[in-house]
Amino acid sequence: MHELGATIAAAAGPAVQEVFVERGQELVLRATREMILPLMAMLRDDPRFAFEQLVDLCGVDYPERAERFEVVYNLLSLSLNQRVRIIVSTDEATPVPSIASIWVAATWYERECWDMYGVVFAGLTDLRRLLTDYGFEGHPLRKDFPLTGHVEVRYDEEQKRVVYEPVALTQDFRNFDFLSPWEGMTTLPGDEKVHLVRAERGQIEGPKA
Amino acid sequence: MSTELVSGLPLPGGSEDSGRHQKLFDADTHTINFGPQHPAAHGVLRLILEMKGEVVERADPHIGLLHRGTEKLMEYKTYLQAMPYMDRLDYVSPMCMEHSFVLAVEKLLGIENEVPERAKWIRTMFAELTRILNHLLNVTTYALDVGAITPSLWGFEQREHLLEFYEATGGSHYHVNYFRAGGVAKDLPAGLEDRIGKWCDQFPAFLDDLEGLLTNNRIFKQRTVDIGVMTAEQAMAWGFSGPCLRASGCAWDLRKSQPYEMYEKLDFEVPVGVHGDCYDRYLVRMQEMRQSLSMVKQCLNHIRPGAVKIADNKITPPSRGAMKRSMESLIHHFKLYTEGYHVPAGATYTVTEAPKGEFGVYMVADGTNRPYRVKIRAPGYAHLQAMEALSKGHMLADAVAIIGSLDIVFGEIDR
Repeated sequence: MHELGATIAAAAGPAVQEVFVERGQELVLRATREMILPLMAMLRDDPRFAFEQLVDLCGVDYPERAERFEVVYNLLSLSLNQRVRIIVSTDEATPVPSIASIWVAATWYERECWDMYGVVFAGLTDLRRLLTDYGFEGHPLRKDFPLTGHVEVRYDEEQKRVVYEPVALTQDFRNFDFLSPWEGMTTLPGDEKVHLVRAERGQIEGPKA
Repeated sequence: MSTELVSGLPLPGGSEDSGRHQKLFDADTHTINFGPQHPAAHGVLRLILEMKGEVVERADPHIGLLHRGTEKLMEYKTYLQAMPYMDRLDYVSPMCMEHSFVLAVEKLLGIENEVPERAKWIRTMFAELTRILNHLLNVTTYALDVGAITPSLWGFEQREHLLEFYEATGGSHYHVNYFRAGGVAKDLPAGLEDRIGKWCDQFPAFLDDLEGLLTNNRIFKQRTVDIGVMTAEQAMAWGFSGPCLRASGCAWDLRKSQPYEMYEKLDFEVPVGVHGDCYDRYLVRMQEMRQSLSMVKQCLNHIRPGAVKIADNKITPPSRGAMKRSMESLIHHFKLYTEGYHVPAGATYTVTEAPKGEFGVYMVADGTNRPYRVKIRAPGYAHLQAMEALSKGHMLADAVAIIGSLDIVFGEIDR
């Protein structure tokens, strides 16, 4: 798997920024957004790679990053029985080149990614929303989009049609924070002292033993 | 109504000196709205069909009418709480949906090698029972779509038996929430293995009856042979997987090529079609049911008594008995059902061979008790996308046969 990663990196040149194998099982490449098209064409057509299928394409949102969106491509080669994951990053405004010309199946995945995250795909002929309602506003899978959404629908008996109204919940959505330092996995505000003492104790006891 | 504009034709009886351009609409093509409330749409598919007479020119599926925001909801739930959403994806094969999620969480937790053997055999067996459950529904309702009523009446009786096994394990007919990270929720009730064994003995006779009704049925063949043909290259480019890909002649099965769970210890064959048409997709499913049945029997022979989940009470709940006596167990139980377990940061794309094809879960964990991102890769999504390529040039009634043969379920497509 490391070999495959190295071969792809050597063949692709500057298009691949980083190659790593996640938990020793999954090959991941970080690629340059601008050069994604030749990279993908090579991965499909080069007999050493032969990734015939785009199995999945999705977005991930990291609002704290400068380029907040990751677009993740999962490729599969049926003839060589290998998988690879390609990740590119982008922001709200910068388009990612569409790979629908390489794999026709990408069309719906890119439409969904646009719908859910607002990632723009350059060269995609069909940039309609896919999963959300007709006339929907916003991109629901962004981390800053509320879980409850903004509008709700009901059938209005007087107007004899379905009407859209702002969400009115009898009880607001409660997002409980259950994160606690169970087995010291996380340190919450106020718990620093406990962890500090533990760390110090370890340091004191460590050298003696 | 009209899409093609023909200009420059003289209007009958029109005066030439007026100089106006006459517009004539070609009434040959028209658009029809198929669904979302149509029994042959297999759920809430809205298909905009542009017809030229009776022939489909364009097919534009509008999906998302069953979109429930599963992926968003999961980001707000602990891993344990997110599990029941999986059952509601492809609701005709619930346990196979849980399977990918469970394997993904186990991979990220690094416990995939610690799962007890009995739990793995149970999961493999129920994955195969679920495959039969799914194919029974698809084959019989597909036959219903093309005009045969009897298969569905017979098939649903068999489905009912399988759903009773579901109920025996998880307490519910569909949304069982039975597979868990680290094993299964609880052990099989006493006698269930014998009941499954008895069911296995009578099922081949039913399959013969079902095949007798359909395989050589003249009407069924007229409706399906050479309809919606996909070549192997096309099927790969469109992202096909599962029976739809195999019907096109691609011998690709994740249970063989990238074995997970106990599949490498099972002896089975992968049925492959030749023509890639609706009829071959039906044949592949029928053969897969026979293979699954043999796998269920093999699993029954392999299952030995033992633990059904890992002993680590940070991930699986302690037994009820232990909770009555042990303070430690009580604390573990409380913490597990409020905070849940923490999954180390990382990402995985884990796939299983669901009855409909490659069902993948791309999961990003950030080290907390909730997934940062879960993307569900549904096989039906890719299949439905190819609807236009499949139905172009066919009759309206053939579009119905094609939808039936693709095995569309909107729970997983709309998510």
